[in-house]
Amino acid sequence: MAVVGTLTAAFVAFAVLAVLGYLLPTWFILVVTLAFSKGLVALGIVWLMRGGLVSFGQGIFYCAGAYAAGMAMRSLGLTDAASLVVLGAVVALVPGLLIAPLLAGYRGIFFATLTLAVSMIAYGILNKTYSLGGSDGFNLQAPTFFGYHPTQPQSISYALFLVASFVTVAAAGLSRVHFDSVRGLLSLAARDNEIRLEYLGASVRWVNGVNFVIAAVLAGAGGALSALSLGHIDPDFAFWTTSGEFVFLAILSGYFSVTAVFVAAILVEVVRSFSSQYFPNTWQGALGVFLLLIILFLPEGLGSLARWPRPKSAKPAAAPAASAE
Amino acid sequence: MTPLLETVGLQKAFGAVVAANDISVTVERGQRLGLIGNNGAGKTTFVNIVTGHLRPNAGRVVLDGRDITGFVPRQVRRYGVSRSFQIPQLFASLTPEQNLLMALGILREEGMSFWRPARSTTMMAELESLLARFQLQQYRESAIAGLPGGVRKLVDVAMAVTHRPKLLLLDEPTSGVAVEEKFPLMDVIMHALEGSDATVLFVEHDMEIVGRYADRVLAFYEGRIIADGPPAEVLGNAEVQRYVTGTPL
Amino acid sequence: MKLAAAILIDGVIDASWLFIVAVGLTLVFGVLNILNFAHGSLFAVGAYAAASAVGWYFGGDLGPPFFGYLLMLGSALAVALALGPLLERGLLRLFYGRDEVVLVLVTYALFLILEDGTKLIWGAESYYASEPYGLLGNVSLFGLSYVVYDFALIGLAVVVGLLLWLGLNRTTTGKVILAVIHDREISRAMGVNVTRVFALAFTLGVFLAALGGAFTAPKISVQPGISISVILFSFAVVVIGGLGSVEGAAIAALLVGLARSAAIHLVPWAELFIIYLVMAFVLALRPEGLVQRVAARKI
Repeated sequence: MAVVGTLTAAFVAFAVLAVLGYLLPTWFILVVTLAFSKGLVALGIVWLMRGGLVSFGQGIFYCAGAYAAGMAMRSLGLTDAASLVVLGAVVALVPGLLIAPLLAGYRGIFFATLTLAVSMIAYGILNKTYSLGGSDGFNLQAPTFFGYHPTQPQSISYALFLVASFVTVAAAGLSRVHFDSVRGLLSLAARDNEIRLEYLGASVRWVNGVNFVIAAVLAGAGGALSALSLGHIDPDFAFWTTSGEFVFLAILSGYFSVTAVFVAAILVEVVRSFSSQYFPNTWQGALGVFLLLIILFLPEGLGSLARWPRPKSAKPAAAPAASAE
Repeated sequence: MTPLLETVGLQKAFGAVVAANDISVTVERGQRLGLIGNNGAGKTTFVNIVTGHLRPNAGRVVLDGRDITGFVPRQVRRYGVSRSFQIPQLFASLTPEQNLLMALGILREEGMSFWRPARSTTMMAELESLLARFQLQQYRESAIAGLPGGVRKLVDVAMAVTHRPKLLLLDEPTSGVAVEEKFPLMDVIMHALEGSDATVLFVEHDMEIVGRYADRVLAFYEGRIIADGPPAEVLGNAEVQRYVTGTPL
Repeated sequence: MKLAAAILIDGVIDASWLFIVAVGLTLVFGVLNILNFAHGSLFAVGAYAAASAVGWYFGGDLGPPFFGYLLMLGSALAVALALGPLLERGLLRLFYGRDEVVLVLVTYALFLILEDGTKLIWGAESYYASEPYGLLGNVSLFGLSYVVYDFALIGLAVVVGLLLWLGLNRTTTGKVILAVIHDREISRAMGVNVTRVFALAFTLGVFLAALGGAFTAPKISVQPGISISVILFSFAVVVIGGLGSVEGAAIAALLVGLARSAAIHLVPWAELFIIYLVMAFVLALRPEGLVQRVAARKI
C-alpha cells in the first residue's frame, strides 16, 4: 500500500541521515539542524499554499514553540530535547486553534496581511514583556536526550541532529501521506475552485482551518528546535522578516515535493552561512535576486522539477462523444 | 408518495428586477423536466434558489418533505441535490481524473480520511466506472485547459452525478457546445443517468434538445411560469411562442 | 488639558507623516494591484539622497539656507525619475497578470535587493541632515515646545493631499487614472493606454515615498533599517484606510496617528503594536478598509 511505501521511505531516509550525520563535520550538522527546523515551518506554509493561502505570520507560532521550550527549560527544568520539541508543537496549538477560525474565511492579500499583523502584535508584546527577556530574549542551556547528558559539543550537536532528523522525517512522511489522501486533494481543489468544492459538499473553511492549525503545530516544533539549536530566543522570531524567510523557502521548494522543502532549506542555510561570513552586505540582495529568478523561471518551485506525471495536453479530439445509439 | 421537490411561492427580486414571482412547482420522482425561457426570465434564479446559492425573499423549497429553504449549497448537496454549471466549474490545475476523484471522495459514508490514499482500490474502481459511463477515458490525464468545451461539460456533469443525487439540475448542458455535438453530448449524459433514479431538471435554450429529452416543460417569462406540460403542448402554446420560442413562419 | 493637547498635536503631526508616506503605497495598489513591499526602501533611498544632498549643500555653505528645502524636493524627484520607470518597466512588468500574492513576493524580493543596494552605496553608518530641521525655529503651544518644521510637515501633507485629490478628480489624466483603478479591462477597451498609466502611477508612488523620506531625513538619523518601520506603518495605514483610496489613507493616517500618540502618552508599552491591533480590528470587521475600493476576498 502506498502509505506503507511512504513510511518505509521515511524510515530509510532517517537511517541514511543518522549515518551521514555521524560522518559529516559538526559545522555542517549544525547547519542542517537549523535548516530542518526552518524547513518544518516552511512545510507548514506548504500545507497552506496547497489550499491557496500564503501566511506571512508563521513567526507567531515559531515564537510560541521557541518560547515554550525556553521557558520549560528555564522554569520547569525540562531539558529533554524530544519532549521540548513536542511541547513546542503542542503549545503552538493554542494560538493556532484560536486564530484559525478568525482567519479561515480570508483569502489572498487580506489573509497575508492579517497573518502579518497578528505576528507583529506578538512581536510587540514580547518585546515589552521583560519577564521573558524583552527585546534581548534569553539563552538556553544545552539539552539532554532521553536521560543522556552529553557534554562534548560534537555529541550534543549530533544528538540534536538526530532529534531534528527524526521530527523532520516523520513530519515529511506524514505530510506526504496526507497529501495523497482525499483530504489532501481537497486543498488543491479549494485553491482552484472554492465554489465547486462547496457544491460537491465539502467545507472550504474547514480545509483552510485544518491546514492553518497543522501549519501552526509544525512551526511550533520548528521554533523549539531552532531555540535548542541556537541556544537563544528573542522576539525577532516573530518579526515579519523571519516569517518572510519561511515564505521564501516555501516558494523556492514549491508544493509538489515534500523532500524539496528540506533540500531547499539546507541549500539556503549553507549559502547563508557562507555569505554572511564573506559577503555580509550582499546576502539579502542575493536572496532577493534568487527569489525573483525562481518566481520567473520556476514558478512552481524546485519540487516541480521532480513532479510526475505531468498532465499531457489533450490530443486534438473529434466529437467529444461517440454516439451510443 | 411525497413529491420529490416542491417550491411554494418563491419570490426573488434584485432591486427592481423581479427574477422569481410566486414560483410554485411540484416535481415528481423520475421526471425529466426542461426549463425554458429567454435570458433574464428566471430559470437560473430558480436553479440557484433550489441549490441554495440564493436565498429567496419569500417562499419555501421542500425536498422530499424536508424544508431546505435557506440551506447553503454544501448542505443542500448533502440532502441529495446536485447541479452542473453553464460554464463548467472544474478544478483547473487538476486532471479530469483528479476532478472526478474529488467528487467521489467527498460525501462518502465512511467520511474523508486524513491518510487513506485517494487512489485506493475502491475509489479507482468507481473512477473507472465513471470515466466509462461518460466516455472520458481518453481524457483522464489531460490538462483541463486544452480540453474541448464538450469534454469539459462532461467532466462537470460527471462530478455532479456522483453519490446518487436524488435531484440533478443541469444548467444549459449544451450551451457553448458545437451544434453537431449537442445531441451526442446529451445522449452520453442521459445514457450515463440510466439506472440511477435521479430526477433531472435541465435549463435549455435549444428547443430540439428540450423536445427530445424532456417529458415535461416549464416555460419562464419575467419571473413567472407561463406554461407547464408535455413538450409538444408547451412548445405549441401561443404565449410561449410569443415570448420564448418565436412563432414558426 | 495639557495632556489632551499634547496627544492631539503629536497625533496630527504623526498623521501627516503617515499620510505622506502611505498615500503613494495606496495609489500604486489602486492602479497596479500591487502591494509594494519595497515602498519603505524607496522611502529610505529618498532619505539617503536628501541627506547626502543637504549634507553637501550645507557642508559647503553653498547658498541661502532655504534652498535646502528645494534640494530635498529635488532629490525626491530625482529618485522617482531614476527608479520609477526603471523598476516598473524593467521588473514589475515581467510579472503582470500573475496572482496578487506573487507580486507581493516580487516586491519583497525588491525590498531585499534595495536594502543591500543602499548599504552598498551609502554604507552602514548613520547620516544626519539636521540643518533644515532647525531652520524654522521653535514655537510654544499650550506650554509645550514644538519645532516649527513639524508643523510645516502638516502643511506639506495637506498640500500633497489636496494636489493629489485635485489631480485625480479634476484633470483628465487624473480621471483616466481613476478609471483604471476602477476597472482596468473596460479602460483598456475604451482606448486608455493602461501601460502608460501604470508607469505614471508607479513613478508617482515612488516620488511620494521618496518625498516622505526626503522630508523625514532632517528629523532622524538615516541608517539601515528605517525602511522596515516605514513599510509596517504605511502598510497598516493603507489596509485600514482601504487599498487604493487616497481619502481612506488620510482618514486612516489620522486614526493611526492619534492612536499611536495616545498610546505613547498613556500606555507606552503598547506603542509598538497598537497599530496592528487597530489594523487587525478593522480587517476583521471591514476587510475592505474604511473607504471601500476593493472587495475583500472572503468565501
